[in-house]
Amino acid sequence: MISGFILRALEGRIVIAVGILLAVAIIVPALNLLTSPDSALHIPTYAMALMGKYLCYALLALALDLVWGYCGILSLGHGAFFALGGYAMGMYLMRQIGSRGTYGNPDLPDFMVFLNWKELPWFWYGFDMFPFAMAMVLIVPGLLAFVFGWFAFRSRVNGVYLSIITQAMTYALMLAFFRNDMGFGGNNGLTDFKDILGFQVQAGGTRAVLFALSAIMLALCLIVASAITRSKFGKVLVGVRDAESRVRFLGFRVENIKLFTFVVSAMFAGIAGALFVPQVGIINPGEFAPANSIEVVVWTAVGGRGTLIGPIIGAILVNAGKSYFTGAFPEFWLFALGGLFIAVTLFLPKGIVGTIQHGWNARKALKSAADAEKGRDAGAAPVTQQAQAAE
Amino acid sequence: MLIRFFTLVFLVLAFTATSFAQGADPKSLFDQLADANFNAAEKLVADIAATGDPRVVPALEAFASGDLYFRKADKAVFVGKEQGSELALTDPVTAEAAGEVAKGAVTKIRVNNNLRRAIRAALGGLTLMSPDRSARLSAADAILRSPSAEALELVEAALAQETDAEVKARMEEARAVSLLSSDRSIDEKRAAIETIAGLGAGGLGVLNSVAGTIDPSLKPDLDKAIASIQNAQQLWNLAQNVWYGMSLGSVLLLAAIGLAITFGVMGIINMAHGEMVMLGAYSTFMVQQVIRDNAPGLFDWSLAIALPVAFLVTGAVGFVIERGVIRFLYGRPLETLLATWGVSLILQQAIRTIFGPTNQEVGNPSWMSGSFPLGGMTITYNRMWIIVFSLTIFFALLFVMKKTAYGLNMRAVTQNRRMASSMGIRTPWVDALTFALGSGIAGIAGVALSQIDNVSPNLGQSYIIDSFMVVVFGGVGNLWGTLVGALSLGILNKFLEPSVGAVLGKILVLVLIILFIQKRPRGLFALKGRAVEA
Amino acid sequence: MNTIAETRSKSLLYLEDVSVSFDGFKAINSLSLVVEPGELRAIIGPNGAGKTTMMDIITGKTRPDTGKVIFEDTIDLTKKDEADIAQLGIGRKFQKPTVFESHTVWDNLELALNRSRGVFATLFYTLTAEDKARIEEILVTIRLTHRKNEYAANLSHGQKQWLEIGMLLAQEPKLLLVDEPVAGMTDAETAETAILLREIAKTRSVVVVEHDMGFIRDLGVKVTCLAEGSVLAEGSIDFVSSDPKVIENYLGR
Repeated sequence: MISGFILRALEGRIVIAVGILLAVAIIVPALNLLTSPDSALHIPTYAMALMGKYLCYALLALALDLVWGYCGILSLGHGAFFALGGYAMGMYLMRQIGSRGTYGNPDLPDFMVFLNWKELPWFWYGFDMFPFAMAMVLIVPGLLAFVFGWFAFRSRVNGVYLSIITQAMTYALMLAFFRNDMGFGGNNGLTDFKDILGFQVQAGGTRAVLFALSAIMLALCLIVASAITRSKFGKVLVGVRDAESRVRFLGFRVENIKLFTFVVSAMFAGIAGALFVPQVGIINPGEFAPANSIEVVVWTAVGGRGTLIGPIIGAILVNAGKSYFTGAFPEFWLFALGGLFIAVTLFLPKGIVGTIQHGWNARKALKSAADAEKGRDAGAAPVTQQAQAAE
Repeated sequence: MLIRFFTLVFLVLAFTATSFAQGADPKSLFDQLADANFNAAEKLVADIAATGDPRVVPALEAFASGDLYFRKADKAVFVGKEQGSELALTDPVTAEAAGEVAKGAVTKIRVNNNLRRAIRAALGGLTLMSPDRSARLSAADAILRSPSAEALELVEAALAQETDAEVKARMEEARAVSLLSSDRSIDEKRAAIETIAGLGAGGLGVLNSVAGTIDPSLKPDLDKAIASIQNAQQLWNLAQNVWYGMSLGSVLLLAAIGLAITFGVMGIINMAHGEMVMLGAYSTFMVQQVIRDNAPGLFDWSLAIALPVAFLVTGAVGFVIERGVIRFLYGRPLETLLATWGVSLILQQAIRTIFGPTNQEVGNPSWMSGSFPLGGMTITYNRMWIIVFSLTIFFALLFVMKKTAYGLNMRAVTQNRRMASSMGIRTPWVDALTFALGSGIAGIAGVALSQIDNVSPNLGQSYIIDSFMVVVFGGVGNLWGTLVGALSLGILNKFLEPSVGAVLGKILVLVLIILFIQKRPRGLFALKGRAVEA
Repeated sequence: MNTIAETRSKSLLYLEDVSVSFDGFKAINSLSLVVEPGELRAIIGPNGAGKTTMMDIITGKTRPDTGKVIFEDTIDLTKKDEADIAQLGIGRKFQKPTVFESHTVWDNLELALNRSRGVFATLFYTLTAEDKARIEEILVTIRLTHRKNEYAANLSHGQKQWLEIGMLLAQEPKLLLVDEPVAGMTDAETAETAILLREIAKTRSVVVVEHDMGFIRDLGVKVTCLAEGSVLAEGSIDFVSSDPKVIENYLGR
C-alpha cells in the first residue's frame, strides 16, 4: 500500500526534479570542498550557503503550494511555521553552546543569564537532545497548524477571512517572540551557535553536509507532496479548491481534508526552518513578520501554484534575483519585487510552470478532441478554456 | 446641615467681633516691629493680618523678602526699594512715597524662616479677602494644598464676606481641611470630613495625613470618606480608560474606514491601504513645509489645508491603481491581495527614495497641543480632536453612501455589477471613483495620524493588520460594524493593557479576534441569508 | 387516510411543520412533505417559494428553526451535517452544474464513488477492477463514455449536468435531490434527461425541482407545488395545474 502510494508519486517531471536535486546535493558540496579556490569550477562557501538558503525557501514555497495551490487555502502565516521549526533547531543549537557562551553558564544560554534568570524554563527542557529537538521541529508547527486549523476549518472560515486570520496569527506570534520574558531571546533571537551534533556549525564540512541535507529533504518532501497530490486524496483536495460544497455533498469531511493538508504543510515549513537556521546562523522574531509570509506567496505565484515544481523554481528565481538586486541596486529591489507581484498577477496568473503546463494540456486536449471528432459524431462540445480556479 | 450653618455664622460673627474689638491701627503695629524680637514680630504679623486691612499685603510681602526697614531717627517703619546707593521709602499701609534716604540712615528688619512662614500664613488669610477674585481663589487653593489650623479663622472670616459662588465653594473646602487639624468639636470635624470626601483625589492626602491623629470616634467617618473617594477615583480611572480606549478606537477607525470601502464594500484586499495613510501623512508634511517657508502665520491652519491636499493626492493615486491594476482582478480577491501588496512595496520604496528612510517632523498646531482636566481625568486636545475628526469622517461617509446618488450607484455596482451596468450605470467609472474615495479617506486619516505617530515610510505597515482586523471583526460591508468594531477593539485593548502590558494585550486581542471569527465567520454585523452555492 | 405514525414509518423522507427564517423573512413556513421509497417526485413553485432552501434543509446546509426532518423513519437530519447526510445516502444536484472542472470525467466519477472517504483511506486508495467496472457502467448511463478522459471543464453545459447526475449515481444514494436539471438544456437534451431520471428512479427515490412544465409532464409523476414556503397543492400534474390557487400563484404569472 505504502509502496503504491510512493510509486504513484514518481511521475516523469517529479523524477527529473528529484534527480536534479540529488545531483545538486552531491555536486555542489563536492565542488566546494574538493576543488581549489582558484579553479574555475570552485563554488565558494558563501555561494553554497546562499544556495542552501534558497533550497530552504523552496521547501517553504512547496509547503505553501500544497495548501494554496491544491486546497485553495491561501495561508498568509506560513512564515510562522517556518520560524517555529527554526526556533526548535535554534534551541538545540543554543543548548549545544554549553559553557562556551560569554557568561560561561553551562545550563543557561547567554540571554537568560543576561536577564538574570536562575534556571532553564520548562519549555527548554529536552532541547539538548538532538532527536527530541528534531521531533519538535515537526511537532510544534504541526500542532499549531492542527489547533488553528481545527477551529478554523470546522467553523468554515474561508477565503479572505482565513488569509487574514493566518496573518493575524503570525503577527501575534511575532509580537510574542519579541518579548524578552517569552524566553526565546527577544529581539536578538538565538544566535552565536557553535556545534551541531558535535561538528562545528561554521566548518566547511558541516556546511557542505547541511547543504546536501537541504537538497535531499527538499527532494523527499517533493516526493511526499507528489504522492499526496496524485492519490485520490489529492484529487479530493483539488475538488475542495474548485467546488468545496460539491465535495461536502459527496460525503467527504472537508474540514479533515483541509486539516490534514494544513498540518503536513506546516511540518514541511518547519523542516525548512530547521535547515535554514544552522546555515544562516541566526533565528529572530523578524522571521514571523507578516511581510515574509506574503513574500512566500509571491515565490509560489511566480513559479506556478498547484504544480509542485513551480514553487521551487519560483523561490529560487526570486531569491536569486533578490540577492543580485540588493547587491547591485539596493534601492531598486523593492521596486522590482513590487513590480513582480503586479506583473505576475496581471499577466502570468498561472505562474511560469503553470503557463507552460497549461499550453501543453491545451494542445493535448485539442488533439484528443480532434481524435474524438474523428471517432464519432459527438454533439459538438465547445472546448472552453479551462476555468480559472476560482479564488 | 442647618445647625452647621448656624454654628458657622456664629463663629464668623464672633471672629469679626474680636478683630474689630482689637481695633488696632496697622500703621502703629508696623512701627512696633522696629523694636520687636523674632517672637514678638511673629505676634505682630498675626495682629497686622488680623486687622483684615488688605492694604497691608504689599508691606508684608516686602517684609518676607527682607525689604522692610525702620528709620534710625524715629523708628518709623517703611518699605524700602533700592535706587542706586539710596533707598526709596514708602509707607507700609498707605504705600505713599516717603522720600529717599541713604542706606546708612535705615536699618533692615531681619526675618528668619519661622517669621517668613508666619508672614506667608498671614498673607494667605489676607489675600482671602483681596478684592481681586482670582487672588482669593488662589489663596483658598494655597490653603487647600497646605492646610493649617491657624488659617481656619481667617478662612471663616473670608467666607462670611464672600459672595462669589465658586470662590465660596473653594473656601468651604479650604475651611474643611483646616478644620480637621484644629481643635474644633467632633461634629464640626465630621461635617468637614463629609465636605472633603466630595473633593476627590485632592482630599485623599488630607484625610490620610490626619488619619493617625484624629479622634477615634471619627475614624469610621474618615474611613468611609476615604473609601468613597477611592471609589470615585476608580470610576474616574474607568472613565479615563474608556477615554483612552475611545482614543485608540478612533485611531483604528481612522485607519480602517477607508479599508471599509475598498475591502468591505468593493471586496478588494487592499494591502496598499496602509501606504495611502502614509501618503496622507507625507502630504501633511509637505503642506507644513510650504507653509513654514512661505507663510508661517498660517501654521495653525496647516491641517485644514492638508486635508483636501491629502484627499486629492491619495485619491488620485488610488484612481491610478484601480485603473492600472485592480480593474483586471475583480472577482479574484486573493489576487488583488498580491497585486496591491506589490503596489504597497513600490509606494514605500518611492517615498523612501524621495524623502529618505528617517522620520519626518510634522508639527502640532497650537490648538492640537495641551490638555484640560475633566473631573478626575485629563484630556489632551490632540486625542480629543482625533476622536471628533474620526467620527465626523465616519458620518460624512455614511451620508455619502446612504443618501447620495453616487452612493446608491456604488452600492448597486457592488451588489450586482451586471445588473447595475445594464441599468446604465457606468460601472468602471463607479469602481474607479469608489476606490479613489476609499484611498482618499485613508489619506485624510493620514493627516490626523501624522499628529500622533512617526511619519516614516513604514507608517502604513503598522496600521494595515489592525485595519483588517477591525473591518473583519465589525463585519465586511457594514460601516456601522467598522465603527463598533474599532471602538470596542480600542477599549478592549486599553482595558487589557494595565493588567497584562501593551504587547501582551495586543496579542490577546488578536487571539480573541481569531477565536471570534471562528464563532462568527462574517463578523459582528453580517446579514444572514439563503446559503449560497459553492 | 393513514395515521401520521404510519405515514412516517413507511416514508423515506419525512418533513413535518418545518420553518426557517432569515432576518425575519420566512423562507420556509411550516412545510410538510413525505417522500416514499422508490418515488419520483416533482416540485414546482415560483421563484422564492423556498425550493432551494428546502433542499438546503434536507441536506444539512441550513438548520431549520422548528420542525422535524426525518430520514428512513429514525434518523433526525437536523442533527447532521452535509457530509453525514451524504453518507447516509442523500445525493444532491445543484441548480448550477457543479463538477470538478480541473479533473477528467473519469476522476470526477472516481471521487464520487461510494467508498470509504477518510483521509488515509483516500490517500492509499487504489482503483479496483470492481470500481472500474462501476465507473464504466455509469459512463454508459450518462452517455459520456467517449469523453471519459477529458477535463470536465471542456464538457458542454448539458454534459456537465449529466456528469453531475452520474456522480450522484456513483454515490449510490437512496434519495436523490435534483435542482433544475434541464435549465439551459436543448430540447433533445431535456428529453433525454427525462428518460435518464426515470431510469434512475427505478432503483431509488428522486425529488426533482423544476420550472419546465413540459419536462414535468414528460416525467408524468406526482407533483408538489410550493409557494411562500409551504405546500400549495399536491397530486398529478393535471390536478395541480387546474388548482385555482396554483394558477393564481404560479402558472398565471
